[in-house]
Amino acid sequence: MRIFGAIIVFLGLWLLLSGIYKPLTVGLGVVSTLAVVFILTRMNSIDEDRVEIEIKPVGFLLYQGWLLVEIAKANWVVTKIILAPSMPIKQHLFSIPYTQKSDLGQVIFANSITLTPGTVSVETEPGQFLIHAVAYSNDDKAALADMDRRVTACEKADIS
Amino acid sequence: MMFAVAIIAVFIAMVLVMVRLYGGPTLYDRVIAVNSFGTHTVLLIGLIGFLTERPEFLDIALLYALINFVGTIAILKFFRYRAIGDNLPVNEESEQ
Amino acid sequence: MSLDTLVDVISWALMLSGSFFVIIGAIGTLRFPDFWSRLHAVSITDSAGVILLFAGMCMQAGFTLITVKLIIIGVFLFVTGPTATHAIANAALVSGLRPKEAKGFTGVEPEPLTKPTADPAVSE
Repeated sequence: MRIFGAIIVFLGLWLLLSGIYKPLTVGLGVVSTLAVVFILTRMNSIDEDRVEIEIKPVGFLLYQGWLLVEIAKANWVVTKIILAPSMPIKQHLFSIPYTQKSDLGQVIFANSITLTPGTVSVETEPGQFLIHAVAYSNDDKAALADMDRRVTACEKADIS
Repeated sequence: MMFAVAIIAVFIAMVLVMVRLYGGPTLYDRVIAVNSFGTHTVLLIGLIGFLTERPEFLDIALLYALINFVGTIAILKFFRYRAIGDNLPVNEESEQ
Repeated sequence: MSLDTLVDVISWALMLSGSFFVIIGAIGTLRFPDFWSRLHAVSITDSAGVILLFAGMCMQAGFTLITVKLIIIGVFLFVTGPTATHAIANAALVSGLRPKEAKGFTGVEPEPLTKPTADPAVSE
């Protein structure tokens, strides 16, 4: 079942990226897809590790829209700092707890923090991230907790 | 026309990042500059493809994006472990 | 106003604002006083510059295979940009670089780190 999914994804990627639908190129695509899937099935016997996508698709898309608005706001803040002659920097390293259970959820949260200008996730520790902020204000922790809540809401409920 | 304007802007940004690459005091400043330069390169190649109306340039841009990410990670891994191939840290006394 | 003109106007706006943010990010890498603040300047190019310029190119390409390719490159940059930034920041932290008080800071609050950073050889 997962093998057929992988074949469809790889073949679709080949067809989208090549854009030439002559028999030779499509045949090469089929051959390379099968070769990749063969190697993947061989590698599967090493560790049986699977990627589970434990994210609600619709909720994730809505979160992306919210994230774009946040990025726009944060960009404007950092742009003002860069262009100001006095450069009002207030650096701060602080830790923020995360509540996501799945690895993918934690990756999305940490990447969202880094993608928003003004905050960078520096270190991951069990249960919390270390964050560096360039213009720290006391509202930052509340804003990041709000983002954490939104990412957790995107996760599927039935994760161990 | 709009692509020409954007290309000039990206080019100016690349020159500025290059100044930081030359003058950055620490190693990590230079790694940031190289990474940022790679992102600018991807943007520049894509824009040039649109300016010359040859969309095949986007394939090259995709390749540059891949190489940029892998290269940054490889540089960081090298300076942390002094080795790229295996993930076992080598003994520092014997390697110096 | 025809549809083509509207598309052109929108892509001009996206391109100009994208160019603006790319240059702002580059100026930030020059002007910021130390490594930790420069991370945030690069983050501007990675988010706003990439999103706006790629959106402008998508508007010009229309509904073709080129747009799909642009979206693939954009999503790839969107995922790898923050990951690379995090990797650089983490490597700098492990190597012992810390934000410190210097000229140009109006208020630094050095909060003690929650734990001493682990030796890189042990943490892997």
